Amino acid sequence: MTALLSVDNLQKHFGGIVAVDGVTFEVHDREILGIIGPNGSGKSTLFNCILGQLQPNGGEVRLDGKDITGLRPSDLNRRGVSRTFQLLQIFPQLSVRENLILAGQEHQGSMVTRLFGARDAGMTPAAEKMIDFFRLRHLADELAGSLSYGQQKLLDAAMALMSGPRLVLLDEPAGGVNLTMLADLKERLRAINAEQGATLVVIEHNMDFVMSLCTRVLVLAEGKPLAIGKPEEVRNNPKVIEAYLGH
Amino acid sequence: MNARNVSLAILAAIVVAALLAAPLVLKSYGIYILSLWAVTTIGAIGLNLTLGYAGQISLAQAAFVGIGAYCAAILTKNGYPLPFAYVLAFASCFSIGWILGYPALRVEHHYLAFVTLAFTTLVYLIFRNEEWLTGGVSGIGGIPRPVIFGYSLKGAAEFYYFCLANLAVVSLAFWWLIRSPWGRAFVAVRENPIRALSLGVDTRRYTLMAFAIGAGLGGISGVLLAPLVQFIDPSPFSLTASLNLLLMVVIGGSGYFFGPFVGAIVAVLLPEWLRFSGGLYLIFYAVLVMVLMAVCPTGLIGLAGRVLKLVSKPAAPAAKAAMERTLERTT
Repeated sequence: MTALLSVDNLQKHFGGIVAVDGVTFEVHDREILGIIGPNGSGKSTLFNCILGQLQPNGGEVRLDGKDITGLRPSDLNRRGVSRTFQLLQIFPQLSVRENLILAGQEHQGSMVTRLFGARDAGMTPAAEKMIDFFRLRHLADELAGSLSYGQQKLLDAAMALMSGPRLVLLDEPAGGVNLTMLADLKERLRAINAEQGATLVVIEHNMDFVMSLCTRVLVLAEGKPLAIGKPEEVRNNPKVIEAYLGH
Repeated sequence: MNARNVSLAILAAIVVAALLAAPLVLKSYGIYILSLWAVTTIGAIGLNLTLGYAGQISLAQAAFVGIGAYCAAILTKNGYPLPFAYVLAFASCFSIGWILGYPALRVEHHYLAFVTLAFTTLVYLIFRNEEWLTGGVSGIGGIPRPVIFGYSLKGAAEFYYFCLANLAVVSLAFWWLIRSPWGRAFVAVRENPIRALSLGVDTRRYTLMAFAIGAGLGGISGVLLAPLVQFIDPSPFSLTASLNLLLMVVIGGSGYFFGPFVGAIVAVLLPEWLRFSGGLYLIFYAVLVMVLMAVCPTGLIGLAGRVLKLVSKPAAPAAKAAMERTLERTT
């Protein structure tokens, strides 16, 4: 399998605290990779370093073999890398449809053509498709801020997919979502992976969610990779059981 | 078109008709005050873009109005037609506004306010001290009103209609801007710049653009102000004037299209209406502003929106949404 994303010896420290300590791994094209680990193990910091939100202190990130270390998030997004955040990041004062149009509009033409072009930058058909895909039709005209938490999570994930990314990094997508919506979210993510060929990297604490969704799982502990492999291998790895899963 | 839009269209038609008919019933001072309202509204629209839509606080708007006013005064006094002043004022204010936007990429909130405050002070000092160009504290008098296609705008009513036409053009352009993808991107920069970045929005460029266009509109406001008052000196472009423009945007409704129009009524027309109270009018005015801010922090347009929503839609949907949210979190 070819590596879509390669992370090589990535390091990030905040003063004396080492948050990411020489992490190396690869994400294969079209796979779903889960990242698990105890709180404070460096998962979100790793995401932020990969995605240009934080500048790493060392190491290298490559997309399709090209160095993308430290690129701005907006530049990475234009190269087909998208993300969601641990805490909900939607635009509450815009409607669901407007949130989705916004999530895709910057990929249409240049800044000048967007100014003189259509109001929706031609994104309405794609937004409508996404609304149906995530079963948000009845909420399309509602302000995003008036949606329930679970619905906002779905919208957050839908926004990350609006630009048709090749690689999506999802930070705790299942956090705070009820069981019914969780199944729905998992099904949608699988469909995106299978039908649109998007590669997914998922940080999650919900073990059932990770183990049933992901093709491989990376375990982090104290900023270092502890294990990587298929869900079953990771689940039975004694080091992982001791450091994170328990019993 | 739904009932709400029809009501708004009727209201807008009434307001436009009243503005057009105003010179028939008002004396020249009344027409002058209405002209001042139109000119000030243009400056406030610019600040509304920077502050209300893009979320970047600026205390520099009066400085841009001043740059526009001095461009118009100096050029027209030297025989150049007013359109030259439009081009020069907009281009220079746009460029300076773009440069002034750079600190906004590094600092925000009150720190940014201080940066723009320092800029206003600097520009004020230039207006006051560079006598060879600006006339210093003596100012520049006898600023001519323009002649457009052979038609003189010297009279109060003629110049009022000219100001109104300018306001209409700026308003339409602004309406189109905020309804374009740029408008959505400005809101994204204001609401959540980190998420906006992750969605490919070039927050840096949009921030600079919001500063530059807002400053450019400040310049246009100044170009009209100079021939309106026909005498300019540095005092109307001090920090106090910037705070007044800020007040207009906030009290009208920051981030609402009609906010600056309403805010300028409060800041320009209300003091005139309160003059019946003699020397107490400033106290009345100050108390009124404080009460307005305490009662409706989203401004008068925000308050009107809330009232309209209450009247047209009972509280049930909001309560239902809150209930659903609670149920979902507990299951």
